[in-house]
Amino acid sequence: MSMLRALARVQALAAGRAQPIATVRHLHLADPPLVLVPLTLAGEANAPLALLAGTDPATPRLLVVPQPRNRDLRTAFHLELAEILLPYLEAHRSVSEAVATDRGRDVRHRYADAPQILLPNSAGITFLRLLGRATRFAETEGEYAVPAVVPLLGRWLTFLAERAEHPGSALTVALTEALGLHWATGQSNVEDQHLPALLAWIDPPAGTPGDVAARAAEFAPPAGPATDPEFDNEVLAPLITAYEEAGEDPQTRQEAYDRLAVALRGQLAGTWELMWRGVALLRALPEGARAPGRWDGDKDAFTAYAEHVDEGGAPQPRRDGAVAAAGRLHRLERALQSYAVQRAYDDPLVLAEYRLAGEAFAGEVTMADPARIDDTGKRPVLRPRIMVVTADAVTLQPGAKVQSPVRPAQSAKVVFVTRLDDGRTQLVLELVSGMGRGLTAAPGSVPQVGERLTYTTLSDAYLPSPALPEPDRTPWTHGGPPPDREPAG
Amino acid sequence: MTTTEERLARIRGPVPAQRHNARTIAALTGNPGCTRRAVLDGAGIDKTAIAERIGFPARFGQSRFAITRGNAFEARVKADDGAELLRLLAERLGVPAPQATYTDLGAGDGDRVARSADVLQNAAAGDDAALFDHPLLTLDVAGQRVRLEPDLVAARLGGRFHVVEIKSFPVIDGGADAAKVSAAAVQSAVYVLAMRQLLAAAGHDPETVSHEVVLICPRDFSNQPVASLVDVRRQMLALRRQLDRMARLDDLLTGLPAQLCLDPSDPPETLRAALAQTEARYAPDCLATCELAFHCRNEAHGQTSALGRTVREALGGIDSAGTVLALAAGEATPEPEQTEVARLLRTAAELRAEALSS
Repeated sequence: MSMLRALARVQALAAGRAQPIATVRHLHLADPPLVLVPLTLAGEANAPLALLAGTDPATPRLLVVPQPRNRDLRTAFHLELAEILLPYLEAHRSVSEAVATDRGRDVRHRYADAPQILLPNSAGITFLRLLGRATRFAETEGEYAVPAVVPLLGRWLTFLAERAEHPGSALTVALTEALGLHWATGQSNVEDQHLPALLAWIDPPAGTPGDVAARAAEFAPPAGPATDPEFDNEVLAPLITAYEEAGEDPQTRQEAYDRLAVALRGQLAGTWELMWRGVALLRALPEGARAPGRWDGDKDAFTAYAEHVDEGGAPQPRRDGAVAAAGRLHRLERALQSYAVQRAYDDPLVLAEYRLAGEAFAGEVTMADPARIDDTGKRPVLRPRIMVVTADAVTLQPGAKVQSPVRPAQSAKVVFVTRLDDGRTQLVLELVSGMGRGLTAAPGSVPQVGERLTYTTLSDAYLPSPALPEPDRTPWTHGGPPPDREPAG
Repeated sequence: MTTTEERLARIRGPVPAQRHNARTIAALTGNPGCTRRAVLDGAGIDKTAIAERIGFPARFGQSRFAITRGNAFEARVKADDGAELLRLLAERLGVPAPQATYTDLGAGDGDRVARSADVLQNAAAGDDAALFDHPLLTLDVAGQRVRLEPDLVAARLGGRFHVVEIKSFPVIDGGADAAKVSAAAVQSAVYVLAMRQLLAAAGHDPETVSHEVVLICPRDFSNQPVASLVDVRRQMLALRRQLDRMARLDDLLTGLPAQLCLDPSDPPETLRAALAQTEARYAPDCLATCELAFHCRNEAHGQTSALGRTVREALGGIDSAGTVLALAAGEATPEPEQTEVARLLRTAAELRAEALSS
C-alpha cells in the first residue's frame, strides 16, 4: 500500500465517505456488460445453486438448481447458462475491424468489440474458473454424455476466467476490485471484499456516514458465491428437502421449485441492484486515455480464442506445460508493468504516488535549448536540453532515463541535479528521441519555457520475450516434453 | 498472593471454563500479540456469550450442507475399516500397501483418553502397520488439559506415525483453496504436538511422529479421495511459541486489576469496562477468527491498524488516524521520531489535493 492511498483511507474514515484514488476510469466499460451473480451450495465443490444473469438491470434471468447434488439438474444449469453466455459472446462477432501491422505494411482483422462479464467479487471469478474446469472436458458420448454446448461453455468460461488474471484486461471484472481501484474506503481491504459494505462507503445513503452504512450493509445477504449459513439452515435446507419430497407430481414439484426460486431471488436481488449501481458509479468517471488501448488487447484476445475454437482447437489443459507456463508468466509480468505505467500516465493522482516515492517529479521548464547539437561522436546528433525546476523531492541521479506522459515516445536523460537554496530542485534533461529526423527538432517536440511537465522513470517500452524452446523440446530440468494432451476427465 | 489458576477463575466468574479444541488452539496463533485473547482463552471464557451480551454477536454460522457433506465424505473414506484409506496412505508415502489392523478407539465404554494413550504408546513399540480411528489425545493449554480428536492416526507406515486429517474441500488439478489448507495445517499441527507429547511421555522418540500430516480431500469434482502431504513444522513452531506464552500467563496477568471479572451475566456496561482493562490488538484478520472481533473493531475505531496492517505501516506506524490527519495538514508538531513521516504526509496531502483540484 502506498502512503498516498493509506492517507486516502484515513481521509475517508474522517470524512465518513470513500475518497477518490483515481481521477479517471482505468477500465473500459462495455455497453452492455453481462452481469452474473452466482451462488453455490456450501460444502460442495463449486456446485451451482443459483445465478442471476443479464445485460439489462430491469430484466435479470434467474437460474436455479433445485438440488445442486443432482447431476442432471446441474447439466440443465450448464445448458441454461450456455443459452445466456454463448449468444452474448456471438453478438460481439458480427463486426470486424482492420488493424495495421508490421508498421503499416500489412493489415489483420479482429472483432470490433469484445464481451465483458461482471461479477461481484474475485470469488465469483474463481466460481467461473472452476465451472469452466468442471465442464470443458465433459464427454459428449457415452454414459454421462452431455450436449456439445456444455464443453464449449466450459472452454469459454475458462478463457474468460483466465483473462481476469491478465493485468489491465476488462473482459472479466470483479466489481469489488474495479471499485477498489478508484476509491479508498475508511475500512480495511478485508472488509472491502464485501460488495454491500464497499458500496456503502462509496455511495452512502444521504445523511448516513459511510462507516454506519457499511456496518448495516454487513447484515445484507452476501454477494456470493458463498451463501449465508443461517439462510442455508433456516430457509434453503427445508426448501430443497421439500423439492425432493415433492416426487413426480408436476404441480407439487413446480410449487416447491417456485418457493425455492423466490427465496434465492431474495438473496440475489440486493446484489443485482448493487452491481448496476457500481457500474453507474464507474461510468460516471471519464475513461482514462489508455484504457481503450488495453481494450484493443482484449479484442485481440477474444478474436484469437474465437478462432481457436472455430478451428477445433483443444480445450485448455488442466495444467500448463513448462514452456506455456513460462510464456504466460512473461505476458502477465509485461502486462502488469505496462498497466501500472499506463495508469500513472493517464492519471495525475496515480502519478502522485510515484512523485511521493521520488520516482517522478512535476515542474516548470525554465530554460530550453531546442537546437543543441552534440557533435562529439562520429556524426552530429540533435540533443536538445531543457531545465526543469521542481518542488518535489527528487531522488533521481544523473544518467537516469525519464519520460513524460505527454510525450511518451520521447526519452530524456538526467544530466545535472542541483538543489536550490529554496528547497526546490533544478534538473537539466537531455532529450534523446522523439524529435523527428534530421538536425532540427519537429515543431512541438521540445518542451518550451513555461510549460508544466511531469517526468517519470516509468517506461512502457517493449520488453522482449525470453527465448523459449518449442514445447516438445522442453529440457529435462523442466520435466521434459509434456505428454500428449491428457485424456478428458 | 494468589495462584494463576485462582486469578483466571476469578476473571472467568461463576461459570464453567470453556473447553478448547484443535480449532480454538489453532486460532491462538492467528494474532499472537493480543493480550485480551490470551487472557480470555487462558481463563476459558465463553467469548461467544460475552460478545452477544455486549451487543456485538459473533457471526460464525456453519451451513448444515457443509456439515452433512463433511460427515458423508469422512464416512466414505473410512469405510471397510479404512481399506481404501490405507491404500491411499501407502501410495502417498511411497511404501507398498501393507496389511494393517484397524482399531476404532471411539467404540466401547470407559476412559477414551487412557485407552488411546495406552494403545498408541503400545503401537510405538510394535512393528505392524495400524490405523487408529477416533483417538482422543490431550494437550496442556494454560494449565488446562485439553482433549483433542484427530480424524485418524496411522502408525508405522513408512516407519512413522502420521496424523491423518479428512477435509471435504476439493483438491482440483492438484491445487486447493490456500486458506483452507492453511487452516487444516495449523489444526493438524496441534495433533502432531499432542501425539509427540504422548509418545515422549512413554519414553519413545517424539520424532517417530512425522511432521508431515496426510490431508485427505475429495479429488476434483468427485467424491474420490486424494491424499496430500503437508509439512506442518512452521505451524508447530508458531503453536509452541503461543502455548509457551499461555503457560506464562502470570506475566500478562500482573498488568491487570486484581478484581477483573468477565462474568457473561454481568451488565453489558460492566463487561465492556472490564474488557477495556485488557489490551486488544485488533487487526481486520480477527474478523475471520475471533468471536470478539466486532467489539474490538468498534473499540479500535480511529486507529490506523483497524484499516489493516499495511495501511498502518504505510503511514509510518502512527496509531491514531487523527494524528495522521493533523500531521498531514501541518497542524500538529511531530514527535522527534515522526519528523520524516510528517514531512512525507504533508507532501502526500498536498499531492492529493493538487491532483484532485486539477
